[in-house]
Amino acid sequence: MSAPILTKDPVVKDRRPRRPRAGAPHLPGGEFGKNLRRNITAHGFLIGAVLCFAFFSWYPIVREFLLAFQKTEDGRVSWVGWDNFVTVWNDPAFGQAWRNTLWFTVLALILGFVVPFVTALIINEFRHGQGYLRLLVYLPVMLPPTASVLLFKYLYDPGYGMFNEILGVFGVPAQQWLQDPDTAMLSVVVASTWMNMGGATLIYLAALQSVPGELYEAAELDGAGLLRKVWHVTVPQTRLILLLMLLMQIIATMQVFIEPFLLTGGAGPEGSTTTIVYLIYQYAFNFNNYGAAAALGLLLLVLLAGFSAAYTRLNRAEQD
Amino acid sequence: MSTRTLISPAQLARPRGKVLYWVCFALVVVLFTLAFLGPLYWMVSGGLKTTQEAVQTPPTWVPGSVHPENYQRAWEVMDLAKLLMNTLYYAFGALAFQLVLDVAAAYSLSKLRPVLGKAILGLMLATLMIPATVLVVPQYLTVLDVPIVERNLLNSPWAIWLPSVTNAFNIFLLKRFFDSIPKELLDAAAMDGAGSLRVLWSIVLPVSRPILGVVSIFAVVGVWKDFLWPMLVLPDPSKQTLAVGIYSLATSVPENVLIASLTIASLPTLLLFLAFQRNIMSGLTAGGLKG
Repeated sequence: MSAPILTKDPVVKDRRPRRPRAGAPHLPGGEFGKNLRRNITAHGFLIGAVLCFAFFSWYPIVREFLLAFQKTEDGRVSWVGWDNFVTVWNDPAFGQAWRNTLWFTVLALILGFVVPFVTALIINEFRHGQGYLRLLVYLPVMLPPTASVLLFKYLYDPGYGMFNEILGVFGVPAQQWLQDPDTAMLSVVVASTWMNMGGATLIYLAALQSVPGELYEAAELDGAGLLRKVWHVTVPQTRLILLLMLLMQIIATMQVFIEPFLLTGGAGPEGSTTTIVYLIYQYAFNFNNYGAAAALGLLLLVLLAGFSAAYTRLNRAEQD
Repeated sequence: MSTRTLISPAQLARPRGKVLYWVCFALVVVLFTLAFLGPLYWMVSGGLKTTQEAVQTPPTWVPGSVHPENYQRAWEVMDLAKLLMNTLYYAFGALAFQLVLDVAAAYSLSKLRPVLGKAILGLMLATLMIPATVLVVPQYLTVLDVPIVERNLLNSPWAIWLPSVTNAFNIFLLKRFFDSIPKELLDAAAMDGAGSLRVLWSIVLPVSRPILGVVSIFAVVGVWKDFLWPMLVLPDPSKQTLAVGIYSLATSVPENVLIASLTIASLPTLLLFLAFQRNIMSGLTAGGLKG
């Protein structure tokens, strides 16, 4: 596609000592002094980003672990052991939030994982209009989520919404969509897939282009039909990308917040769209219980750490 | 375009194959256009309807009467000019901070190779493994009272700008690109007496334009699209971003005016995308999997 961004550095490391610059003062201490100066310059370039990371990334990570075992009352911090975890565990919303989050993840994997892959397969088959189709699929990714989510809220409206109107054309009775506990989560996932599928589709398209055509020819000689070719050639050939995207999708969907928050006010009918992150949000910003929010966050972190580690390892393996 | 795909060229060359191909193609184009442009069409046209028409059952496909003044009303009632200016200010501020600090860091890690550089890069990349939402609470508490300097950054643009620098993926992307710049080029410049800053400015940056473009676009779009973080750290309505402001005013304005404001909020990033779609799409696939 474009510049070889991810190619490895072809330059062989040379350890040849550099000649001193003409006119450079000969410092006492020689090699050591030069090294020191080089390091001061290098760390000077680094300091801005490092400070930002220290304040807004590293320190908050440590703080998250501390918070989970602390309680803050009237500005006084005390250690409470596992109390926050017990509080969170005994909350009736806890079980429901996990079930909802898992349900969302399963639905989002069925829709959000399969739909972009099939879309990429379809687009890849055409010899015309690929640019236009790619543009269409990526368009929603560029909208501010607030705009697309509020837009979907209108489309889902049981009265004046477009979705019931379209279903009516096919003789399907009107649905309650977001107002019905049975369809609320599915509606959220459909909106979320529409908003986010563009990136995955483009990545799959790039991967499909690297599948050697001879493999399809060989499969045809063996009498393979379309589906068998997809299953026995395309999927194995793009296996690594598919696996990486699967992991990323799991990590992303387990953290879903904005779609349920804006579409159903967070909890949804009978709590049917309460997710873990929404619960964290509630503890922290509605109940001011930062300890419980941190404890819940840690549980999510532990669960996702495995997926993250697998993703990082695979990604590194793929790029080397 | 001669790469072999799922369906064999021989099959496509037959008359039946040709007909089937074009039928499928037409179907897919229509379907995709409806699925992806349909909601956008509905948004733009919904903003042109009267309030009654916007909430009538059954809905109308084409506005009965056209009311472009809804857009003007949205602009005035919701003070979109203010929200738009705020968002631009945050987005380009974040861009400036990311370009200066992340590029400097990546350059240092890639070419100057300081002591502990590897460890620092490792610590930065490790943050990618922590789910972002888990950090929202402790990050928020940090912004309330930044340690050591003891400042409250609530309602200040710094609360958007500084955390935006902690984008380990940007640094990784930039470092990989800088790694591919031949060392001889930089050594030659150093031999001619150029300092590190001079080398960065006159050699590294000019050849890195493609990656800088990609990073810049994603920095701006990132701020434009963000919701939870700006909602938390910018509670003052006059300081809010477009995305947050529209959400907080959503229930207090008529539907047609709200829909018009959604169109206005979407326009800048859509235009940016149409203008730079080549860079964005190639950046997405070249930059690996983080989309």
